[in-house]
Amino acid sequence: MNWNSASEFFAMGGYGLYVWGAYGVTAAWMLAEPWLVRRRHARALRDVMERDESYE
Amino acid sequence: MKNLPRFFTFASPSRFYRAAGWAIPWIYAVAVLVSLAGLYLGFFVAPVDATQGNSYRIIFIHVPAAWMSMVLYLVMAFWAAIGWAFNARLASMVARSLAPTGAAFTFLALWTGAFWGKPTWGAWWVWDARLTSELILLFLYLGYMALVEAIDDTRRADQAGALLAVIGAVNVPIIYFSVRWWNTLHQGATISMTAAPKMANTMLLSMLLMTIAFWAYAFAVVFMRTRALVLERERDNEWVRALGVNNGSVA
Repeated sequence: MNWNSASEFFAMGGYGLYVWGAYGVTAAWMLAEPWLVRRRHARALRDVMERDESYE
Repeated sequence: MKNLPRFFTFASPSRFYRAAGWAIPWIYAVAVLVSLAGLYLGFFVAPVDATQGNSYRIIFIHVPAAWMSMVLYLVMAFWAAIGWAFNARLASMVARSLAPTGAAFTFLALWTGAFWGKPTWGAWWVWDARLTSELILLFLYLGYMALVEAIDDTRRADQAGALLAVIGAVNVPIIYFSVRWWNTLHQGATISMTAAPKMANTMLLSMLLMTIAFWAYAFAVVFMRTRALVLERERDNEWVRALGVNNGSVA
């Protein structure tokens, strides 16, 4: 185990800003992108369904 | 010739739509589980670096993101070229779906690199051959996306994009070999085919796990975007209209 406490873990031996700055932005994007793409797919599906109703 | 179409089964947008819809949740599960294992190894098992301290732990996402940025570009250029040469609609849609994710990994490689460069080199950015060629890769992705969006005729847009993507592919070997061809501040290749790895086994394993996780993530998100694109483009086809009747499920 590398860390004796949570605060030691977050401090990253003085490199906390750099390590968490890198990981935070990466994690944020990897959560945001699937959400955005999911929304786009849902919108496309809704368009198809609404359009089909107008044919009937 | 009768058996030949089997190879192209998934080249049909409707087959692809169904198969990808089934596979995506599983691929996401792989991405999540493998990245948890990789992060655990990277943060709790891999020892601190003797010279760089804990700042080196950025490597576990920096190197996989940089690899993905280059690999996805080549995959994008490949499918764009296939879509152009064989007039395959789905191949062109896959190429377009790859671009935003590839651009994102390029940005993340630059971003995590900046956050690593500042404590180790003392600068967020330097005009070094590796960094500059990676920045050009980002512009190639953005240029491709802008070009295909700017042309109204969908298939002509695909073709113009394919030309740009294929020409831009020359930049990928330049990025990869830049650390050998020029005197750069950036360190050499992390993993070499010709030499034994210079890093601890746990560090290497963590990095490889994160690479697998990023691959899985890229597959899942690109497939999902391709599915949306299929619906947007093929809305006049019988099977897409049938989706509307069946409340979105593929019969």
